[in-house]
Amino acid sequence: MIRFDNISKRYPGGFEALSRVSFHLPRGKLAYLTGHSGAGKSTLLKLIALIERPSRGQIILDGVNLNNIRNKRIPQIRRNIGIIFQNHHLLYDRPVFDNVAMPLVIQGYRHRETRKRVRAALDQVGLLNKEKVDPITLSGGEQQRVGIARAIVHKPALLLADEPTGNLDPELSREIMELFARFNLFGTTVLIASHDLDLIKQMKFPTISLNKGMIESNDLLVPGSLGQAV
Amino acid sequence: MPKKQRKGPEKNSKLVSYLTHHLQMLIASLGYLSRQPVSTFMTSAVIAIALALPAGLYIALDNASQLSADWDGTTLISLFLKDDVNIKTVEKLAARLGQSKEIEKVSIINRDQGLKQFQKISGFGDAIELLDENPLPHVITVQPVVDQQSPDKVVHLVKTLQNEKLVELAQLDMLWVKRLYTLLDVAQRGVWIIGSLLALAVLLIIGNTIRLDIQNRREVIEVSKLIGASDAFIRRPFLYTGMWYGISGGLIAWLLIAVSLGIMDEPVQKLAALYHSSYELSGLNSNDIATLIAISCILGLGGSWLAVGRHLSEIEPS
Ligand SMILES: Nc1ncnc2c1ncn2[C@@H]1O[C@H](COP(=O)(O)OP(=O)(O)O)[C@@H](O)[C@H]1O
Ligand SMILES: [Mg+2]
Repeated sequence: MIRFDNISKRYPGGFEALSRVSFHLPRGKLAYLTGHSGAGKSTLLKLIALIERPSRGQIILDGVNLNNIRNKRIPQIRRNIGIIFQNHHLLYDRPVFDNVAMPLVIQGYRHRETRKRVRAALDQVGLLNKEKVDPITLSGGEQQRVGIARAIVHKPALLLADEPTGNLDPELSREIMELFARFNLFGTTVLIASHDLDLIKQMKFPTISLNKGMIESNDLLVPGSLGQAV
Repeated sequence: MPKKQRKGPEKNSKLVSYLTHHLQMLIASLGYLSRQPVSTFMTSAVIAIALALPAGLYIALDNASQLSADWDGTTLISLFLKDDVNIKTVEKLAARLGQSKEIEKVSIINRDQGLKQFQKISGFGDAIELLDENPLPHVITVQPVVDQQSPDKVVHLVKTLQNEKLVELAQLDMLWVKRLYTLLDVAQRGVWIIGSLLALAVLLIIGNTIRLDIQNRREVIEVSKLIGASDAFIRRPFLYTGMWYGISGGLIAWLLIAVSLGIMDEPVQKLAALYHSSYELSGLNSNDIATLIAISCILGLGGSWLAVGRHLSEIEPS
């Protein structure tokens, strides 16, 4: 599903956030991306979502070389990805339902289908009774779950989550991680960046760990390559 | 899930969802504006004033040229004939001139007739009795066909008539008509220049307002881009907002002009009465109104297009 070939990312100003990173996340798998703060986790996810572009190397997403995607086609790629952020990026000018419905509206889903899917997504994150509520009135964990509902409502093949449990207490964090594991059971490929090492150990999924932009350990070696452990 | 009767498609066809979104944004942007009535009104009012000024001047000019068109009808060329011409020849000449397509009407003032009129008007009746010979020549008055577009033709006609063998002197009564035309021409260009500058101002006002709107809705734009909205999709509500600003500005401008004309009407009537004439200010006809609204609509779209083109690409998710 995702394959990184020797990816380096140098930000304007010269800082190299990723150096020669390679891995392969097969379709239908769930994996964790770990590393201390500043290791390059967010950068790696941004490269997949085409928020940033690599300085070197190539990324193959679902068989497509992202280097060949022009800016005009970025929306098309993003429609197949669900993205979840630490600061959930909810819009406070509209109720929960409208927040979750956004991906469907953009893709021209019919009204009835939209209602059905938004309900289903809210049900999966346990917030079905909150659809008319303003998101600002929800707790941090609830807001995060609304963000997750928005990311899965259009049934994307790939789910990217950047520190989805960053602000939550351990119990809520675990719940959220289990939610992702459940989506994965239904066939969604999931990549979660997190520095919560204890929780990750409990969940027992393959892990890529980054250190200062380089791969430290990698459970997802590119087939046929020697790996890059340092 | 059991297979039941066939469901309809989940998504609308591209065309339907495209049109649906257009319609939704058309209405949503109107809703957005009506939720902040004060700032919407202020912006529209500024646009309206900028539009009403050139439109009002245009109407003033229109009225002035109608006025001068009325007076053109009385533009006369007097042909003072040579002394020794007898009345038969005068009649022949008058008949010949009457044929010309540049001439509307010809009439003859017989020298005896002329003298009687002069006696009456001047009060020199007795003194003139003493003259043993009539000092006045026969006169032919020519009313030219006036082509509004080219007042020079009248002057040219005067020159041609001056070259007639029997004519001693050809005199155009109303040289000022030409001056008025020239003046109107100058004023017309002035209105065009003012109009263009103010149109540019409207473009900038709307552009700046939309720029602020874009900044205020930064969050929405970022999220929309993240979940795969196309640029066109994100642009749409802003373009419609600009269009509505333009249209409401145009409507208020129409109101301003109508009120101004209402205020001017009475004094203009009085002025006309002083000249023993009646004159009605002509206001905006439906054509003018449609043009005004169309222009303001286009300026609104144009202004927001400029802002959107410049500022939307600056906002990227990060
Ligand atoms: N837009 C940017 N411009 C310059 N440097 C950046 C930018 N984004 C991130 N960085 C730097 O790249 C490094 C990796 O950042 P990031 O990918 O956010 O790490 P993580 O998510 O693992 O904490 C950090 O040192 C950060 O300062
Ligand atoms: Mg990060």
